[in-house]
This record gives sequence, C-alpha cells and structure tokens, in this order.
Amino acid sequence: MLTIDILTPDPLSTLINILATIMMAMGGFFMIVGSVGLLKFPDFYTRLHATGKCDTMGQILIIVGCMIYQGFDFITVKLFFVSAFYIFAGPAATHALMKAAYFTGLKVWKKGDPKM
Amino acid sequence: MTETTGKTGNGKAVSILLTFIIAFTLWMLFSYWNKYLLGHYDPFRLARGIIVAVIIALTMHQLLIPGRGEKVLVKLRRWCLYALWELWQIALAAVDVAMRVLGIRPVNPRLIEFETTLRSDLALTTFGDSITLTPGTITINIEPERGKYLVHAIDQGPADALTVDQTMQKKVGYVFMEE
Repeated sequence: MLTIDILTPDPLSTLINILATIMMAMGGFFMIVGSVGLLKFPDFYTRLHATGKCDTMGQILIIVGCMIYQGFDFITVKLFFVSAFYIFAGPAATHALMKAAYFTGLKVWKKGDPKM
Repeated sequence: MTETTGKTGNGKAVSILLTFIIAFTLWMLFSYWNKYLLGHYDPFRLARGIIVAVIIALTMHQLLIPGRGEKVLVKLRRWCLYALWELWQIALAAVDVAMRVLGIRPVNPRLIEFETTLRSDLALTTFGDSITLTPGTITINIEPERGKYLVHAIDQGPADALTVDQTMQKKVGYVFMEE
C-alpha cells in the first residue's frame, strides 16, 4: 500500500501518482470516445466497432494505471488477470453480437444511405 | 468440431491431476495470498477450493492439456511474441476508431470475404479474435472447412490490410505452423 503524505512529498510516490493519473486519464478518454462513437456512428455494425475497440484499450489503460498506483503486490497480479480475461472475452462478445445481427438479416449501412 | 482425443487411462489421469494442481494453486493464490504472502486458513474456504478444482479438472482437462500436439513449446513461444504484437495492434485500433469518431478519418463500411490457410480450431479462433482486435475490422462468420472469413470493415484501408497485405494471416500461420 502506498501512503501519501501531502506535507512532505516524496519524489518516487509523486512520480507514481503522476504516471497512474496519466494512464487512467487516457483510459477515460478512450472510454468517452467509445461512447460518443456509439451515439454518432450510422448503424449497428459501426457502433460495435466504436465500443469493441475503444473499451478494450480503455480498460487496459485504466487497469495499468491501477497497477502502477498499487505497486508490485498480489493485487497487481489479480488486476493483470482481470485485464487479460477482458482481452479474450471482449472480441468474443463483439463477434457474437455481430454474427447474431448479420444472420437475422440486419442491413449493412453503405456510404450515402440515410442514417439508421 | 471437437476431435476425440486418443487418451487412455494413464494419460487421462495425468492430465486430470495436472489440471487439478493448476486450478487449485490458482485458487489458493487468488484467495489467500495477501501482503504477508499467506493469510489465515479456514477449512471451509479450502474445501470449496478443492470441490471447484475437482469439477474443473474433470470437465476441462481436455481443453487445458490437449491429447495430441506437436512442437507445443515452439508454438507457445511464437504465440507469446504474437501476443505482444497484438497488444500494439490494440493500441493502434483504439486510436484509429477514436479518429473516426472525431471525424478525422472517414467511415465507409463494407463486407469482405477471404480464404486463409488456417484449419485448426485454435488457429481459427486466434485469427478471428485478432481481426476483431486490430484496427477497423470485426469477424462476422467463419467457415472452418475452407478457412473462410466474413469480415465487416469500417473503411477501405483496414479491408486491404486483410485481403491484400495479409500480414496477420502470415503471422498466425507462422505461429501455428499452418502456412
């Protein structure tokens, strides 16, 4: 556990805090961009592009931020496993949604079509 | 899809035992290991761990330790290198989609179909997952007999990366020796 003493800042923990904050902020940025894409993109398939990819990157960055903040501990290893499972489960879920939509006959948006 | 593995008595027992050891070790690490390396033990939690590990060992041992397999260690080493490359691709994919959301790159979706040389379940799954994780493409369907993929691409560029350049097919083919 890191203890943060505000009155006497220790350079190492300050560095760790800065790094962790940058990582989490970048992760948050990707999450928000993914959500904006979910609202902005024209059809179901392209919306899945936005969430499927930005969320994977966002969660990796946020969890790496947490790992940096935690330091080397067993919780870091647990966080690593959480992240790794998401990397395998995320694409499988996206693919399942895509396949279901395609085989129930949802039309693919082409450039020039009206927005769905 | 699943092929019957030719494991008989002894080999099956060994693979069940190995799976049990791995599952139970992970359970112990996840539930007990804290800052002081080992916490207090209580028999109830231990018993739950053993029950879960036995169930996993009996049902999943064929997935974890396949009956047949050649050059597993070489493949594993190549797969680890491939996974590192894939992480870089995930970063590129997120930046790519972010730029399309913010309107810097165009959105011009299309469906593409192509055939690969991959045949085994593991290779097909790895490649399908990789397509979904790399920039601008998502797998819709796979026909395992011909290694045929149906892919939704968000623009011409990502589509060409799969159909023309074929970098990733070659990489996955190299990892699983199915070129």
